[in-house]
Amino acid sequence: MARIIAGVTTSHVPAIGAAIDLHKTNEPYWKPLFKGYEPSKKWLAETKPDVVILVYNDHASAFSLEIIPTFALGCAEEFPIADEGWGPRPVPIVKGDPDLAWHIAQSTILDEFDMTIVNKMEVDHGLTVPLSLLCGEPKEWPFKVIPLCVNVIQYPPPTAHRCYMLGRAIRKAVESFDQDRRVVIFGTGGMSHQLQSARAGLINKEFDARFLDQFAADPEALTRITHLELVREAGSEGIELVMWLVMRGALDADAKEVYRFYHVPASNTAVGHMILENRR
Amino acid sequence: MGEQENIADIQEAFEDIPGTLLFDAKRSRMGYHLNMFCMSLMKAENRQAFKADEGKYLDRFPMTQDQRKAILDRDWNAMLRLGGNIYYTSKLAASDGLTFQNIAAIMTGSTQEDYAKMMASGGRPVGGNRSKSEWTDRG
Repeated sequence: MARIIAGVTTSHVPAIGAAIDLHKTNEPYWKPLFKGYEPSKKWLAETKPDVVILVYNDHASAFSLEIIPTFALGCAEEFPIADEGWGPRPVPIVKGDPDLAWHIAQSTILDEFDMTIVNKMEVDHGLTVPLSLLCGEPKEWPFKVIPLCVNVIQYPPPTAHRCYMLGRAIRKAVESFDQDRRVVIFGTGGMSHQLQSARAGLINKEFDARFLDQFAADPEALTRITHLELVREAGSEGIELVMWLVMRGALDADAKEVYRFYHVPASNTAVGHMILENRR
Repeated sequence: MGEQENIADIQEAFEDIPGTLLFDAKRSRMGYHLNMFCMSLMKAENRQAFKADEGKYLDRFPMTQDQRKAILDRDWNAMLRLGGNIYYTSKLAASDGLTFQNIAAIMTGSTQEDYAKMMASGGRPVGGNRSKSEWTDRG
Protein backbone atom coordinates (compact mmCIF):
# COMPACT_ATOMS: atom_id res chain seq x y z
CA MET A 1 0.00 0.00 0.00
CA ALA A 2 1.38 3.38 -0.97
CA ARG A 3 1.00 6.41 1.24
CA ILE A 4 1.96 10.06 1.39
CA ILE A 5 3.92 10.44 4.59
CA ALA A 6 4.93 14.07 4.42
CA GLY A 7 5.10 17.26 2.41
CA VAL A 8 7.89 19.74 1.84
CA THR A 9 7.63 23.25 0.47
CA THR A 10 10.62 25.20 -0.73
CA SER A 11 11.59 28.00 -3.06
CA HIS A 12 13.50 27.00 -6.20
CA VAL A 13 15.63 30.06 -6.97
CA PRO A 14 18.09 29.34 -9.83
CA ALA A 15 20.89 31.30 -8.10
CA ILE A 16 20.76 28.73 -5.26
CA GLY A 17 21.58 26.01 -7.80
CA ALA A 18 24.42 28.11 -9.16
CA ALA A 19 25.77 28.67 -5.62
CA ILE A 20 25.84 24.88 -5.05
CA ASP A 21 27.34 24.07 -8.45
CA LEU A 22 30.05 26.73 -8.08
CA HIS A 23 30.81 25.69 -4.46
CA LYS A 24 29.82 29.01 -2.92
CA THR A 25 27.64 27.61 -0.15
CA ASN A 26 30.07 28.71 2.56
CA GLU A 27 30.30 32.29 1.37
CA PRO A 28 28.79 34.83 3.81
CA TYR A 29 25.94 35.66 1.40
CA TRP A 30 24.82 32.05 1.07
CA LYS A 31 25.81 30.43 4.36
CA PRO A 32 22.69 31.37 6.40
CA LEU A 33 20.46 29.99 3.64
CA PHE A 34 22.15 26.60 3.41
CA LYS A 35 22.40 26.36 7.19
CA GLY A 36 18.61 26.65 7.27
CA TYR A 37 18.30 23.50 5.17
CA GLU A 38 20.67 21.34 7.25
CA PRO A 39 17.90 20.00 9.55
CA SER A 40 15.79 19.26 6.45
CA LYS A 41 18.55 17.24 4.81
CA LYS A 42 18.82 15.19 7.97
CA TRP A 43 15.04 14.79 8.12
CA LEU A 44 14.86 13.61 4.52
CA ALA A 45 17.75 11.17 4.96
CA GLU A 46 15.92 9.66 7.95
CA THR A 47 12.51 9.70 6.28
CA LYS A 48 13.83 7.76 3.25
CA PRO A 49 11.01 8.20 0.77
CA ASP A 50 10.85 5.82 -2.20
CA VAL A 51 9.32 8.48 -4.38
CA VAL A 52 8.98 12.25 -4.38
CA ILE A 53 6.13 13.86 -6.29
CA LEU A 54 7.66 17.23 -7.14
CA VAL A 55 5.27 20.06 -7.98
CA TYR A 56 7.07 22.86 -9.81
CA ASN A 57 6.83 25.09 -12.81
CA ASP A 58 8.82 24.74 -15.97
CA HIS A 59 10.55 28.03 -16.82
CA ALA A 60 10.33 27.93 -20.61
CA SER A 61 12.64 24.90 -20.72
CA ALA A 62 10.60 21.79 -21.56
CA PHE A 63 7.55 23.76 -22.63
CA SER A 64 7.44 26.97 -24.63
CA LEU A 65 4.52 29.07 -25.84
CA GLU A 66 3.81 26.34 -28.41
CA ILE A 67 2.00 24.20 -25.85
CA ILE A 68 0.99 25.41 -22.38
CA PRO A 69 -0.40 22.61 -20.23
CA THR A 70 -2.00 23.70 -16.95
CA PHE A 71 -1.05 20.44 -15.19
CA ALA A 72 1.46 18.04 -16.75
CA LEU A 73 2.58 14.82 -15.08
CA GLY A 74 5.95 13.26 -15.93
CA CYS A 75 5.39 9.55 -16.60
CA ALA A 76 8.76 8.75 -18.20
CA GLU A 77 11.51 6.38 -16.95
CA GLU A 78 13.88 9.32 -16.64
CA PHE A 79 14.13 13.06 -17.10
CA PRO A 80 17.33 14.67 -18.44
CA ILE A 81 18.58 17.99 -17.06
CA ALA A 82 17.70 21.01 -19.24
CA ASP A 83 20.21 23.50 -20.67
CA GLU A 84 18.70 26.82 -19.57
CA GLY A 85 21.12 28.96 -21.52
CA TRP A 86 24.29 28.35 -19.53
CA GLY A 87 24.62 24.55 -19.92
CA PRO A 88 22.78 21.86 -17.92
CA ARG A 89 23.36 21.83 -14.14
CA PRO A 90 25.94 19.16 -13.21
CA VAL A 91 23.45 17.05 -11.25
CA PRO A 92 22.36 13.41 -11.68
CA ILE A 93 19.69 12.51 -14.20
CA VAL A 94 16.25 12.30 -12.57
CA LYS A 95 14.74 8.79 -12.48
CA GLY A 96 10.98 8.52 -12.69
CA ASP A 97 8.46 6.02 -11.34
CA PRO A 98 6.28 5.28 -14.40
CA ASP A 99 4.15 2.68 -12.59
CA LEU A 100 2.99 5.10 -9.93
CA ALA A 101 2.97 8.10 -12.28
CA TRP A 102 0.66 6.42 -14.78
CA HIS A 103 -1.55 5.29 -11.93
CA ILE A 104 -1.80 8.87 -10.66
CA ALA A 105 -2.50 10.16 -14.17
CA GLN A 106 -5.34 7.70 -14.70
CA SER A 107 -6.80 8.17 -11.24
CA THR A 108 -6.75 11.99 -11.35
CA ILE A 109 -8.25 12.09 -14.86
CA LEU A 110 -11.11 9.86 -13.73
CA ASP A 111 -11.39 12.21 -10.77
CA GLU A 112 -12.05 15.00 -13.34
CA PHE A 113 -8.58 16.60 -13.43
CA ASP A 114 -7.63 16.83 -17.10
CA MET A 115 -3.99 15.88 -16.64
CA THR A 116 -1.50 16.16 -19.49
CA ILE A 117 0.68 13.02 -19.68
CA VAL A 118 4.32 13.68 -20.50
CA ASN A 119 6.58 10.88 -21.75
CA LYS A 120 9.55 13.02 -22.72
CA MET A 121 10.64 16.04 -20.74
CA GLU A 122 13.78 17.81 -19.62
CA VAL A 123 13.65 19.25 -16.11
CA ASP A 124 15.01 22.67 -15.15
CA HIS A 125 16.04 24.48 -11.95
CA GLY A 126 12.43 24.46 -10.75
CA LEU A 127 12.82 20.73 -10.11
CA THR A 128 16.56 20.31 -9.52
CA VAL A 129 17.14 23.15 -7.02
CA PRO A 130 14.71 21.69 -4.44
CA LEU A 131 16.42 18.28 -4.86
CA SER A 132 19.85 19.87 -4.32
CA LEU A 133 18.64 21.80 -1.27
CA LEU A 134 17.27 18.67 0.40
CA CYS A 135 19.83 16.10 -0.80
CA GLY A 136 23.08 18.01 -1.32
CA GLU A 137 25.30 16.69 -4.10
CA PRO A 138 24.80 12.89 -4.29
CA LYS A 139 26.01 10.78 -7.25
CA GLU A 140 22.44 9.60 -7.71
CA TRP A 141 19.22 11.04 -6.30
CA PRO A 142 18.21 8.80 -3.36
CA PHE A 143 14.61 8.35 -4.57
CA LYS A 144 12.53 8.34 -7.72
CA VAL A 145 10.83 11.53 -8.77
CA ILE A 146 7.46 12.15 -10.41
CA PRO A 147 7.51 15.69 -11.83
CA LEU A 148 4.23 17.60 -11.84
CA CYS A 149 4.47 20.82 -13.85
CA VAL A 150 1.99 23.60 -13.18
CA ASN A 151 1.61 26.56 -15.51
CA VAL A 152 2.22 29.75 -13.54
CA ILE A 153 3.73 31.81 -16.38
CA GLN A 154 0.85 32.32 -18.80
CA TYR A 155 -2.07 34.05 -17.11
CA PRO A 156 -4.30 32.57 -15.80
CA PRO A 157 -2.64 29.80 -13.81
CA PRO A 158 -4.92 27.35 -12.01
CA THR A 159 -6.62 28.79 -8.93
CA ALA A 160 -5.37 28.10 -5.42
CA HIS A 161 -8.52 26.09 -4.78
CA ARG A 162 -8.03 23.95 -7.89
CA CYS A 163 -4.44 23.22 -6.86
CA TYR A 164 -5.57 22.20 -3.38
CA MET A 165 -8.24 19.89 -4.80
CA LEU A 166 -5.65 18.35 -7.13
CA GLY A 167 -3.52 17.58 -4.10
CA ARG A 168 -6.44 15.73 -2.57
CA ALA A 169 -6.96 13.77 -5.79
CA ILE A 170 -3.26 12.88 -5.84
CA ARG A 171 -3.47 11.56 -2.30
CA LYS A 172 -6.48 9.44 -3.23
CA ALA A 173 -4.55 8.13 -6.24
CA VAL A 174 -1.47 7.24 -4.20
CA GLU A 175 -3.52 5.50 -1.54
CA SER A 176 -5.24 3.34 -4.17
CA PHE A 177 -1.95 2.15 -5.70
CA ASP A 178 -1.44 -1.60 -5.22
CA GLN A 179 2.29 -1.56 -4.48
CA ASP A 180 4.23 -0.32 -1.47
CA ARG A 181 5.62 3.19 -1.70
CA ARG A 182 6.60 5.80 0.85
CA VAL A 183 5.82 9.07 -0.88
CA VAL A 184 6.82 12.63 -0.01
CA ILE A 185 5.27 15.48 -1.99
CA PHE A 186 7.14 18.74 -2.66
CA GLY A 187 5.37 22.02 -3.43
CA THR A 188 7.93 24.48 -4.78
CA GLY A 189 8.32 28.12 -5.83
CA GLY A 190 7.66 31.38 -4.01
CA MET A 191 7.66 33.06 -1.64
CA SER A 192 7.24 36.77 -2.36
CA HIS A 193 9.29 37.89 -5.34
CA GLN A 194 9.03 39.87 -8.52
CA LEU A 195 11.59 39.55 -11.30
CA GLN A 196 10.11 41.88 -13.90
CA SER A 197 9.65 45.56 -14.69
CA ALA A 198 9.95 48.58 -12.41
CA ARG A 199 8.57 46.83 -9.29
CA ALA A 200 11.21 44.06 -9.43
CA GLY A 201 12.71 43.23 -6.06
CA LEU A 202 9.41 43.28 -4.17
CA ILE A 203 9.46 41.32 -0.92
CA ASN A 204 6.55 41.13 1.53
CA LYS A 205 7.66 39.53 4.80
CA GLU A 206 4.32 40.12 6.55
CA PHE A 207 2.43 38.41 3.76
CA ASP A 208 4.87 35.50 3.73
CA ALA A 209 4.68 35.04 7.50
CA ARG A 210 0.89 34.99 7.40
CA PHE A 211 0.93 32.60 4.45
CA LEU A 212 3.23 30.20 6.32
CA ASP A 213 1.02 30.31 9.43
CA GLN A 214 -2.15 29.66 7.46
CA PHE A 215 -0.45 27.06 5.30
CA ALA A 216 0.27 25.00 8.38
CA ALA A 217 -2.85 25.64 10.44
CA ASP A 218 -5.69 26.74 8.15
CA PRO A 219 -5.01 25.75 4.53
CA GLU A 220 -8.69 26.00 3.59
CA ALA A 221 -8.44 29.76 4.12
CA LEU A 222 -5.61 29.94 1.59
CA THR A 223 -7.68 28.19 -1.06
CA ARG A 224 -9.72 31.42 -1.27
CA ILE A 225 -6.76 33.63 -2.12
CA THR A 226 -7.06 35.23 -5.58
CA HIS A 227 -4.42 35.62 -8.28
CA LEU A 228 -4.83 39.37 -7.92
CA GLU A 229 -3.99 39.32 -4.23
CA LEU A 230 -1.00 37.04 -4.83
CA VAL A 231 0.45 39.29 -7.56
CA ARG A 232 -0.22 42.55 -5.72
CA GLU A 233 1.00 41.37 -2.31
CA ALA A 234 3.64 38.74 -3.17
CA GLY A 235 4.84 39.98 -6.57
CA SER A 236 4.25 38.79 -10.11
CA GLU A 237 6.33 35.66 -9.54
CA GLY A 238 4.95 35.16 -6.03
CA ILE A 239 1.97 33.66 -7.83
CA GLU A 240 4.03 30.43 -7.78
CA LEU A 241 2.65 29.96 -4.27
CA VAL A 242 -0.44 28.30 -5.76
CA MET A 243 1.82 25.27 -6.30
CA TRP A 244 2.31 24.92 -2.55
CA LEU A 245 -1.44 24.28 -2.29
CA VAL A 246 -1.11 21.08 -4.36
CA MET A 247 1.26 19.75 -1.70
CA ARG A 248 -1.02 20.95 1.10
CA GLY A 249 -4.09 19.27 -0.37
CA ALA A 250 -2.27 15.93 -0.32
CA LEU A 251 -1.81 16.12 3.46
CA ASP A 252 -4.12 15.95 6.48
CA ALA A 253 -5.82 19.23 7.37
CA ASP A 254 -4.15 18.88 10.78
CA ALA A 255 -0.76 17.73 9.49
CA LYS A 256 2.06 18.28 11.94
CA GLU A 257 4.51 21.08 11.25
CA VAL A 258 7.99 19.68 11.91
CA TYR A 259 10.15 22.44 10.45
CA ARG A 260 9.97 25.98 9.14
CA PHE A 261 12.63 28.28 7.67
CA TYR A 262 12.43 31.73 6.08
CA HIS A 263 15.24 33.79 4.62
CA VAL A 264 15.59 37.03 2.65
CA PRO A 265 17.14 37.33 0.13
CA ALA A 266 18.28 34.69 -2.30
CA SER A 267 18.97 36.82 -5.32
CA ASN A 268 15.56 38.52 -5.84
CA THR A 269 13.50 36.15 -3.74
CA ALA A 270 12.18 35.49 -0.24
CA VAL A 271 12.94 31.85 0.49
CA GLY A 272 10.28 29.94 2.40
CA HIS A 273 10.52 26.32 3.48
CA MET A 274 8.29 24.07 5.57
CA ILE A 275 7.99 20.37 6.37
CA LEU A 276 4.66 18.86 7.36
CA GLU A 277 4.01 15.24 8.32
CA ASN A 278 0.78 13.35 7.93
CA ARG A 279 -0.60 11.97 11.18
CA ARG A 280 -2.17 8.88 9.70
CA MET B 1 -14.87 27.26 -6.51
CA GLY B 2 -17.73 28.53 -8.58
CA GLU B 3 -16.74 32.14 -7.96
CA GLN B 4 -15.51 32.84 -11.41
CA GLU B 5 -14.67 36.48 -11.81
CA ASN B 6 -15.16 38.45 -14.99
CA ILE B 7 -11.90 38.37 -16.97
CA ALA B 8 -12.14 41.99 -18.12
CA ASP B 9 -12.75 43.31 -14.58
CA ILE B 10 -9.86 41.30 -13.24
CA GLN B 11 -7.52 42.52 -15.94
CA GLU B 12 -8.36 46.11 -15.09
CA ALA B 13 -7.52 45.45 -11.43
CA PHE B 14 -4.20 43.89 -12.46
CA GLU B 15 -3.38 46.91 -14.58
CA ASP B 16 -3.57 49.05 -11.43
CA ILE B 17 -0.54 47.26 -9.92
CA PRO B 18 2.38 49.59 -10.66
CA GLY B 19 5.55 48.50 -12.45
CA THR B 20 4.08 45.08 -13.24
CA LEU B 21 2.99 43.54 -16.54
CA LEU B 22 0.64 40.58 -16.39
CA PHE B 23 1.56 38.01 -19.05
CA ASP B 24 -2.00 37.60 -20.27
CA ALA B 25 -3.49 36.46 -23.58
CA LYS B 26 -2.97 39.84 -25.22
CA ARG B 27 0.71 40.06 -24.34
CA SER B 28 1.32 36.39 -25.08
CA ARG B 29 -0.07 36.78 -28.60
CA MET B 30 1.84 40.02 -29.19
CA GLY B 31 5.10 38.55 -27.96
CA TYR B 32 4.91 35.05 -29.41
CA HIS B 33 7.79 35.37 -31.90
CA LEU B 34 9.91 37.51 -29.56
CA ASN B 35 9.61 34.87 -26.86
CA MET B 36 10.25 32.02 -29.29
CA PHE B 37 13.42 33.81 -30.41
CA CYS B 38 14.56 33.91 -26.76
CA MET B 39 13.67 30.24 -26.39
CA SER B 40 15.86 29.37 -29.39
CA LEU B 41 18.90 30.62 -27.44
CA MET B 42 18.75 27.53 -25.25
CA LYS B 43 20.69 25.75 -28.01
CA ALA B 44 24.43 26.47 -28.12
CA GLU B 45 24.55 26.57 -31.93
CA ASN B 46 21.78 29.18 -32.02
CA ARG B 47 23.57 31.30 -29.43
CA GLN B 48 26.64 31.24 -31.68
CA ALA B 49 24.67 32.15 -34.79
CA PHE B 50 22.96 35.00 -32.93
CA LYS B 51 26.25 36.36 -31.63
CA ALA B 52 27.86 36.14 -35.05
CA ASP B 53 25.20 38.37 -36.67
CA GLU B 54 22.32 39.45 -34.43
CA GLY B 55 20.28 41.20 -37.14
CA LYS B 56 20.54 38.30 -39.55
CA TYR B 57 19.59 35.78 -36.87
CA LEU B 58 16.53 37.85 -35.91
CA ASP B 59 15.33 37.62 -39.53
CA ARG B 60 14.35 34.04 -38.72
CA PHE B 61 11.55 35.34 -36.48
CA PRO B 62 8.70 37.46 -37.88
CA MET B 63 8.83 40.25 -35.29
CA THR B 64 7.85 43.90 -35.48
CA GLN B 65 10.53 46.56 -35.97
CA ASP B 66 9.95 47.73 -32.40
CA GLN B 67 10.52 44.24 -31.07
CA ARG B 68 13.73 43.85 -33.11
CA LYS B 69 14.97 47.20 -31.87
CA ALA B 70 14.20 46.36 -28.24
CA ILE B 71 16.24 43.15 -28.57
CA LEU B 72 19.18 44.75 -30.39
CA ASP B 73 19.19 47.63 -27.84
CA ARG B 74 18.80 45.17 -24.93
CA ASP B 75 15.93 47.35 -23.72
CA TRP B 76 14.58 44.84 -21.18
CA ASN B 77 11.52 46.90 -20.21
CA ALA B 78 10.57 47.51 -23.86
CA MET B 79 10.81 43.77 -24.56
CA LEU B 80 8.26 43.13 -21.79
CA ARG B 81 5.98 45.95 -22.96
CA LEU B 82 6.05 44.40 -26.45
CA GLY B 83 4.90 41.00 -25.19
CA GLY B 84 8.09 39.48 -23.85
CA ASN B 85 7.93 37.35 -20.75
CA ILE B 86 10.67 37.55 -18.14
CA TYR B 87 11.40 33.80 -18.20
CA TYR B 88 12.02 34.07 -21.93
CA THR B 89 13.93 37.37 -21.96
CA SER B 90 16.10 36.00 -19.16
CA LYS B 91 17.43 33.46 -21.68
CA LEU B 92 18.72 36.34 -23.81
CA ALA B 93 20.19 37.81 -20.62
CA ALA B 94 21.86 34.48 -19.77
CA SER B 95 23.40 34.25 -23.23
CA ASP B 96 24.78 37.78 -22.62
CA GLY B 97 26.22 36.57 -19.30
CA LEU B 98 23.70 38.50 -17.19
CA THR B 99 21.77 37.12 -14.21
CA PHE B 100 18.17 37.72 -13.17
CA GLN B 101 19.45 40.20 -10.62
CA ASN B 102 21.47 42.06 -13.26
CA ILE B 103 18.46 42.66 -15.50
CA ALA B 104 16.18 43.34 -12.52
CA ALA B 105 18.47 46.21 -11.54
CA ILE B 106 18.41 47.55 -15.11
CA MET B 107 14.60 47.29 -15.37
CA THR B 108 14.12 49.22 -12.14
CA GLY B 109 16.47 51.98 -13.26
CA SER B 110 18.85 51.21 -10.42
CA THR B 111 22.58 50.59 -10.36
CA GLN B 112 23.70 47.01 -9.71
CA GLU B 113 25.16 48.09 -6.39
CA ASP B 114 22.05 49.92 -5.18
CA TYR B 115 19.76 47.10 -6.26
CA ALA B 116 21.88 44.46 -4.49
CA LYS B 117 21.91 46.67 -1.41
CA MET B 118 18.11 47.01 -1.51
CA MET B 119 17.70 43.21 -1.73
CA ALA B 120 20.22 42.59 1.06
CA SER B 121 18.27 44.95 3.32
CA GLY B 122 14.98 43.13 2.80
CA GLY B 123 13.88 44.04 -0.73
CA ARG B 124 11.39 46.55 -2.09
CA PRO B 125 8.60 47.05 0.46
CA VAL B 126 5.01 46.47 -0.61
CA GLY B 127 3.81 49.67 1.10
CA GLY B 128 3.53 52.39 -1.53
CA ASN B 129 3.82 49.79 -4.30
CA ARG B 130 0.33 48.30 -4.46
CA SER B 131 -1.48 50.77 -6.72
CA LYS B 132 -0.59 53.12 -9.54
CA SER B 133 -2.27 55.84 -7.47
CA GLU B 134 0.73 55.54 -5.13
CA TRP B 135 3.17 56.04 -7.99
CA THR B 136 1.91 59.40 -9.26
CA ASP B 137 5.42 60.86 -9.15
CA ARG B 138 6.70 58.02 -11.34
CA GLY B 139 4.10 58.21 -14.09
